[in-house]
Amino acid sequence: MKALLFERSLSRFAVARLASSVAPGSGARVGPLRLADVEPPALPGPGWHQLRPRLAGICGSDLATVDARSSRWFEPIVSFPFVPGHEVVGDLEDGRRVVLEPVLACAARDIVPPCPACARGENGSCERIAFGCLQPGLQTGYCADTGGGWSGSLVAHDSQLHTVPEGMSDEAAVMVEPAACAVHAVGAAAITDTDTVVVLGAGTLGLCTVAAVRHLAEPRAVIASAKHPEQRRLATGFGAGAVAAPSEVRRAVRRHTGSLAVDGRLTGGADVVIDCVGSEASLADALAVVRPRGTVVLVGMPGPVNVDLTPLWQREIRLVGSYAYRHTTFATAFELVASAQLERLVSALYPLEEWRTALDHAVHSGRRGAVKIAFDLRQGPRPTRKAVTTH
Amino acid sequence: MSRPGFVLDVDRSTPPLLFWHGEKFRMERLPAGSRVVYPPEPVKALDDPDAAIRDALLNPIGDSAPLPALLEPGMRLTICFDDISLPLPPMRRPDVRQRVIEAVLDLAADAGVDDVVLIAALALHRRMTEAELRHALGDRVYDAFAPSGQLTQLDAEDPEAMMHLGTTDRGEDVEISKRAATSDLVVYVNINLVAMDGGHKSVATGLASYRSLKHHHNVATMLKSRSFMDQHHSELHSSNWRMGRHIAASGIKVFQIETTLNTDTFPEQFSFLQRREWEWGAKDRATFLGVSRSLDRTPARLARSIFQGIKSPHRMASVQAGEVEAVHKLTTENLYRQQLVEVQGQTDVLMMGLPYISPYNVNSIMNPILVACLGLGYFFNLYRGKPLVREGGVLILRHPTPWAFHPVHHPSYIDFFEEVLAETTDPLKIEADFEERFATDPWYIHLYRTSYAYHGVHPFYMWYWCAHAMAHLGAVIVVGGDVKAVRRMGFKPASTLQDALEMASDVVGRDPSITYLHAPPLLMADVK
Repeated sequence: MKALLFERSLSRFAVARLASSVAPGSGARVGPLRLADVEPPALPGPGWHQLRPRLAGICGSDLATVDARSSRWFEPIVSFPFVPGHEVVGDLEDGRRVVLEPVLACAARDIVPPCPACARGENGSCERIAFGCLQPGLQTGYCADTGGGWSGSLVAHDSQLHTVPEGMSDEAAVMVEPAACAVHAVGAAAITDTDTVVVLGAGTLGLCTVAAVRHLAEPRAVIASAKHPEQRRLATGFGAGAVAAPSEVRRAVRRHTGSLAVDGRLTGGADVVIDCVGSEASLADALAVVRPRGTVVLVGMPGPVNVDLTPLWQREIRLVGSYAYRHTTFATAFELVASAQLERLVSALYPLEEWRTALDHAVHSGRRGAVKIAFDLRQGPRPTRKAVTTH
Repeated sequence: MSRPGFVLDVDRSTPPLLFWHGEKFRMERLPAGSRVVYPPEPVKALDDPDAAIRDALLNPIGDSAPLPALLEPGMRLTICFDDISLPLPPMRRPDVRQRVIEAVLDLAADAGVDDVVLIAALALHRRMTEAELRHALGDRVYDAFAPSGQLTQLDAEDPEAMMHLGTTDRGEDVEISKRAATSDLVVYVNINLVAMDGGHKSVATGLASYRSLKHHHNVATMLKSRSFMDQHHSELHSSNWRMGRHIAASGIKVFQIETTLNTDTFPEQFSFLQRREWEWGAKDRATFLGVSRSLDRTPARLARSIFQGIKSPHRMASVQAGEVEAVHKLTTENLYRQQLVEVQGQTDVLMMGLPYISPYNVNSIMNPILVACLGLGYFFNLYRGKPLVREGGVLILRHPTPWAFHPVHHPSYIDFFEEVLAETTDPLKIEADFEERFATDPWYIHLYRTSYAYHGVHPFYMWYWCAHAMAHLGAVIVVGGDVKAVRRMGFKPASTLQDALEMASDVVGRDPSITYLHAPPLLMADVK
């Protein structure tokens, strides 16, 4: 079958990093990712199924991987070669249409008893993501044993599957995983009805987060930062009361919170800031616009960044990471996708063969008025399933 | 005898005409048949302005005793004066305010008046710096009053410094400086550069708070002021007159001193600006070429600094003192005499070259909102009778309109431009949805009171000033402006005047009448 394969190649990795530092997205042309003919992955054991992707989204973390901009933190918790793609809606052999919950936690790794986090239902915080019956891999899409969504077939465990309701389109279903991230982030933010919430970034995650904030909480005000006109329009449509350009967000928060300022820095600020970018600049903005003792939730995947943490200390700011979700988060995510009509964020679908064009579109999606770019794998022959094997 | 204003019909022999373009100049050849409205030449200045001032104080107009008769020991005397927004450009020393205030203080000293306070009538404008106050008042006045705290600047956000005097018969709140309201005599020292200035507007606006100002600084008032340079057809003035009469009825005695300046606006190195192009001599042409080419190569910041350093040679042309309305009537007559130019009929397309300065960017940056206000507010309203451009016509402005703001002077302008105009350019919607939040923002209030910032609501007033023009015009085109800034304001950008005329033809047809308002120096079109 055809699959986009990401191999361990230090030289290509270095070239991709260099190229992408000049032109973001160019890692797709020179980096370790290539379209290959591969065997569909073997089923790792009981409870595993072959999953044939229908749509597989391209996520910001995927783009960082392709451009070799990901943190080295991930090195021990991924295994090569892997097939990227963790935002997946696909078909099981029994005909069920499912959304993949990509986290490879204790249940999928056949670890008994489960780790304390998994025992609490907090799959995203699994303490065994490099152990058990699978090679290391925090998620499907970063594990050599499972395959990934950017292919004709992958394997998925019972614990990773969520049945798509009747009537929900594939475009809506492929938005469930990012929506689950947003739902999880809003939970971490513990928003009250007197809060002013700032959402930094208006890509897929940012827009889903704005929608999730409005769906799950009733804050006093929601302010979003958005670079591009279409993002502004969508953020407003999802319920942001004010939308500012990234360069304007500090002044916008000052206005809306009635804060004073000292030498350009706010003395007050927003109660909650949800950073859906994860860059050095966005983190600095987050720390600059959150009020003393406020909360910054980091949802966008950061890399190594250089940020002055003095305000965090002096203003007793709570910095909270938000990665993935609980298994139960998906039920809420399905509701959010349906109620906010998140399928409208799917801007373009590409066949796997046009992967370079697709990745280029995804890298420049904001500028080109797009949000979510995905691979459309509904056409073409279905790959053959291998016999069940055990590790 | 100076020559009056003049309307030139452009023909093939007409040379290219000078347009202001911010801190630069552009020469443009206009289509044959276009009209050019030139300002009158400067009227003769007073030979002895100090004597004229003294004469005005001793021989007041209207129902007022001479100033010495109003002064007595033990009284509270408050002298208010116009702020940095007048005159434009700032005049060479001695400023007319210095001359007048020194004369008033001499009389007060002669009368044994000790309790004297000077107030810069800022309303919601930014505070003046020490250098600006020294320039306006002279070192002698500054050094005598500033150290003891007797030279003050209105703080309209200090509840202890303001006094509510009730409402007019139309329910308009009248709240002015408490010091002025509790004085035995208020002397207001005015500079009347345009017909909008002075009269009851001096005290009712210059010494007022937001609570009071919002009754006439609003969109409805602007739409009913046609124009706000014509007192008898201006709701802005009607409201101020009601307030002024209410102030008088409250027992507050105002002795008004109004001055007019001639339009000898620019110094010798810019003498070509005071002449009509076809009358330029070799020296004018050489000066223009030298200045223009140098400015084209000068970085914007340096060019701004050069122009903001200009001190105008304009001189006092008249001074009148006494009862407010009688004084203002005569002032307006004097002003009209030196600024009115009779123009027959309206035009389809009106063109203006906007200079580097407006009332609100002295020693500052002419940000896009001020560009709009100067063009659609002040210059558009320089008419009596009917607008120079017909309803549905096109206004073409020339100005670089940079996306640049002075961070200290105009903090709320930045937010207005970024947030408000990004959402809507409709003055009524802006007023309804945003004004109160900006006006009561504690940060803007803090900066207004303690720094050198215009009040949070000030950019709204600038936008309201444009409301009449916006409602009247079919399109506004800005030539040579920053494209994004121009579009943010809802206007159309054009690269050249020819492009602008081509774009205008979509609105007014292929063969429009064209008029160029050749200012400054200032003029006012008397449209028949």
